[in-house]
Amino acid sequence: MAEEVRIVLRNADKIDPNNVDDYINAGGYQALEKVRGMDPKAVIEEVKKANVRGRGGAGFNAGLKWSFVPPADVKYVVCNLDEGEPGTYKDRTIVQKDPQTVLEGMAICGHAIGSKQGYIYCRGEYPYVVEQLNQAIDQAKAKGVLGDFDIEVRMGAGAYVCGEETALIESIEGHRGEPRFKPPFPGVEGLWAKPTVVNNVETFANLPEIINKGADWFASIGAPNYPGTKVLTLTGDVVNRVPIEVPTNTTIREVIYEFGGGIRNGRKFKAVQIGGTSGGFIPESLLDTPIDFDSMSSIGATLGTGAVFIMDDTRDIVDIVTRISKFFEHESCGKCNPCREGTFRCYEIMKKINRGAASAKDIDNIVLLARVMQKAALCGLGQAAPGPIMTTLQHFRHEYERKLV
Amino acid sequence: MANYRDIIASYQDKPGGIIEAYHALQEEFNYIPREAIDEVARVFGVSEAQAYGVATFYSYLSVEPRGKYIIRMCESAPCHVAGADEVIKAFENHLGIKVGETTADGKFTLELTQCIGQCQGIPVITINRVPYEGISPDQVPMILEKCK
Repeated sequence: MAEEVRIVLRNADKIDPNNVDDYINAGGYQALEKVRGMDPKAVIEEVKKANVRGRGGAGFNAGLKWSFVPPADVKYVVCNLDEGEPGTYKDRTIVQKDPQTVLEGMAICGHAIGSKQGYIYCRGEYPYVVEQLNQAIDQAKAKGVLGDFDIEVRMGAGAYVCGEETALIESIEGHRGEPRFKPPFPGVEGLWAKPTVVNNVETFANLPEIINKGADWFASIGAPNYPGTKVLTLTGDVVNRVPIEVPTNTTIREVIYEFGGGIRNGRKFKAVQIGGTSGGFIPESLLDTPIDFDSMSSIGATLGTGAVFIMDDTRDIVDIVTRISKFFEHESCGKCNPCREGTFRCYEIMKKINRGAASAKDIDNIVLLARVMQKAALCGLGQAAPGPIMTTLQHFRHEYERKLV
Repeated sequence: MANYRDIIASYQDKPGGIIEAYHALQEEFNYIPREAIDEVARVFGVSEAQAYGVATFYSYLSVEPRGKYIIRMCESAPCHVAGADEVIKAFENHLGIKVGETTADGKFTLELTQCIGQCQGIPVITINRVPYEGISPDQVPMILEKCK
């Protein structure tokens, strides 16, 4: 029987998340104290060696990201809590169960890159999380544990694209949340043109234990290329719709059948989409794949945010992908043509297929359009939007073909 | 009711505070009045087009008056398979309005939303941003009854 390994959620349901003393009594803020006695460069090296890769979905080595930050008078640490990928509720869970660990992680990053100011960008759908974080920050400040590192919470207002780090920065600056051209990358020129490290909630929440127990300890857990754990959130036709934290060498099958308890209502498995609504659809034959970033990439799927959306054998794949296409049509920010027009046309063609009015030519067109978007869209939204269409055409093509005229 | 000028003034020294100001305005008025957008433009030193552009970019900001209770149905894929369409039909039938409309008495506005991050309890609605999980069509009359 596979078991959870809890690093990020180590304090979940064990301490009162709204009491900083509980966190401190559980060993909280010892890691921050430890890094204050370390050379910032050594902290970056330790995090780099741990190989903790971005838990928001991009999978980039966090220490490496920090190492790109040049000397500057002002720098910022930004925590991405704009969790908008449908099926994902991990960052909310992490913060609601243990907000102080995220604050500590941010302060560790602050020491490493030489920043005194942090921002948490929380999605507008979570006003109650904003309240909880503000309370946690007030408590941490009153205790003096954050030292001279300050953290401010900013609330988004319902825009999926703001999960993209440059769009998020634009939004903190008070603008429309439209992604910037890169380079320059935020590490060099980010918030108010200052060097800015943007990391996901779960990435920050991993840091205290990495510092406490060491990079080698962390690197030895799970899959060697993407070590540690991943918080996954189960949804759809699965018995247990719960958040879990598992080593990254856990297989998809273990996630669904051991942690998830299998398919609801005694039905059979049809497909699982992992990583959010932009993730690839995975058929039964690939369920023995480990969930780590590289293994998922190797089967044309994604780990993404760690959302696990399970569909039983009664589900209509084409209908679900049509709904996903509507999501991207709505959430495209409109800045670049390939995404603005591409998501619009994808939705149009998917609706046509779904209502039984499309021909094989429409499938050819949507595949061509998808390739253009994957190559030419400005940011990850437009590049990833066709993923569900392409992977379902690959694994569930018969469901499309039976709807063609 | 607070003056919109006072609300905006309290955010003018906050870098990038436009969105914070809009949140505060909406908290007070339930939407962002046109004259407040002009004032935001003046106070933050941006054009009215830019101020309006920000107010209309984000789904949770509204430049139109809305009802006292804003009911949002999540229509993302997990809620879709869990029966979101039937729930929204039930709301439309009971309220006598379509998605995007407000009841004549100004009490209810019905909207669709994308994922609200409560996917353990699909399908999910929010009423004035408070989530309610596992909603079925037959619960709709009771939910509306509770909104006094």
